[in-house]
Amino acid sequence: MGAVLRNPKLWVFVICLLPLARLIALGGSGGLGANPIEFITRSTGTWTLVGLILTLSITPLRRLSGRADLVRYRRMLGLFSFFYACLHFITYIWLDQFFDLGAVARDIVKRPFITVGFSAFVLLIPLAATSTHAMMRRLGRRWQTLHRLVYPIALLAVVHYLWLVKKDLTEPLIYGAVVVTLLALRLPWGVSLIKVARRGVGSGSPAK
Amino acid sequence: MLIRQPEPLLPSEITPPEIYRERRRFMQGIGALAAGTALGTPDDAHAGLKLDGVRASVYKLDEARTPFREVTTYNNFYEFGTGKGDPAENAGSLRTRPWTLAIEGEVRKPKTWDIDALLKLAPLEERVYRMRCVEGWSMVIPWVGFSLAELLRRAEPTSKARYVEFVSLNDPKQMPGQRSRVLDWPYVEGLRLDEAMHPLTLMAMGLYGEVLPNQNGAPIRLVVPWKYGFKSAKSIVKIRLVEKQPVSSWTKANPEEYGFYSNVNPQVDHPRWSQAKERRIGEFFKRDTLMFNGYASQVARLYRGMDLKKYY
Repeated sequence: MGAVLRNPKLWVFVICLLPLARLIALGGSGGLGANPIEFITRSTGTWTLVGLILTLSITPLRRLSGRADLVRYRRMLGLFSFFYACLHFITYIWLDQFFDLGAVARDIVKRPFITVGFSAFVLLIPLAATSTHAMMRRLGRRWQTLHRLVYPIALLAVVHYLWLVKKDLTEPLIYGAVVVTLLALRLPWGVSLIKVARRGVGSGSPAK
Repeated sequence: MLIRQPEPLLPSEITPPEIYRERRRFMQGIGALAAGTALGTPDDAHAGLKLDGVRASVYKLDEARTPFREVTTYNNFYEFGTGKGDPAENAGSLRTRPWTLAIEGEVRKPKTWDIDALLKLAPLEERVYRMRCVEGWSMVIPWVGFSLAELLRRAEPTSKARYVEFVSLNDPKQMPGQRSRVLDWPYVEGLRLDEAMHPLTLMAMGLYGEVLPNQNGAPIRLVVPWKYGFKSAKSIVKIRLVEKQPVSSWTKANPEEYGFYSNVNPQVDHPRWSQAKERRIGEFFKRDTLMFNGYASQVARLYRGMDLKKYY
């Protein structure tokens, strides 16, 4: 038991469930405000985006810190963003549209922000489906190519957020800036920037 | 001193139990989804001052009123922030007394009224109106006030007056949301003169029988129930009668999305979302949006022969 509790993966798992626990607690105490469905939709959408950002930050963080073991958390974070994306999608289909599939289909075709959000969701499905070790082995090098889909997915998620806001773009632009930064850090100059930063940080301590 | 009239109990003075029951049922639905325990919320706390001499009016609806709590905590009032909860949180800094409202422009008798004079200018009526936000949600609100026509008539518009422009307070010290340029302050709205003179067009100074809470546009606001909510300017300081069609703040911010008319119309979508349905706050299922928000029999004639897709 002690060994289980000392496993950081367990704690990451528990932390990832907190946004859902919060929604349940607020729902039980009437704390979701005047428009609970909007609240749930916004919240699950936000946590999907946060999950994507955390997933995308693993590689730059690993390069910056030199801690290769960080990659152990990447799959869990990615799957949690898929989990919140599913909740977001279900909230829309069930609570918002109440299974009016005709209206949903029209929305997906006609409303650019929904088209974009739906595309991001659909693109996440193959990534979630191929997240197992067995699939990694089976796909080999193609696995990595496939999983680079997460870059356009994160951008689509930001556009989805930008296009639904009525006027104040501050929040979606902040998320957008974070995503763009995380993607830029993967470009050659971004990688060398991380190297420079690491040398700067690590200059006081012996190299590993 | 206001004269207290021996009026029967207003409907808004009774806490309508069906609202709470409906709310509980709704929360139970959400609770079941979330596998949480369903609990109701405590009774709405009315803290405002009661308005004296409010008469019932012919403007009533057979629809459940949105509870006071929701009406006063879920607002779009960008002068206090862009979040729905921001106005209730930040509007405490608004000073509603002293307050004057000036009426000027193409009028024979320009006037400036103090808010206390306005409260006595014409008999205060309770009017229960639907309120449909352009974002796709709606409420049923018992306002207190009188027709805008009462004000306009006293100023005697000239023959040149064709439109009415409404200007809201511009004071970033009192309205912290104005420190950000999210809209071009002050907030400006406009109506055609015949729309402004329509008996449905209300100047509201109260809500649920009480003095209008700051977050709802105190001390005096416009309510045009057949148009999207943003047309109903809040915390108004100036009314100008003009020859040319005014450019409202939202039109200036995004002319393709927010037109001058902005009549509630289920057949004309917002460029980014459908306007066919709405979520009534407190209800689970969406309901169909009604033409002119259900006021077609009173106002459709104002737009006879107009292409409402063009004049959105």
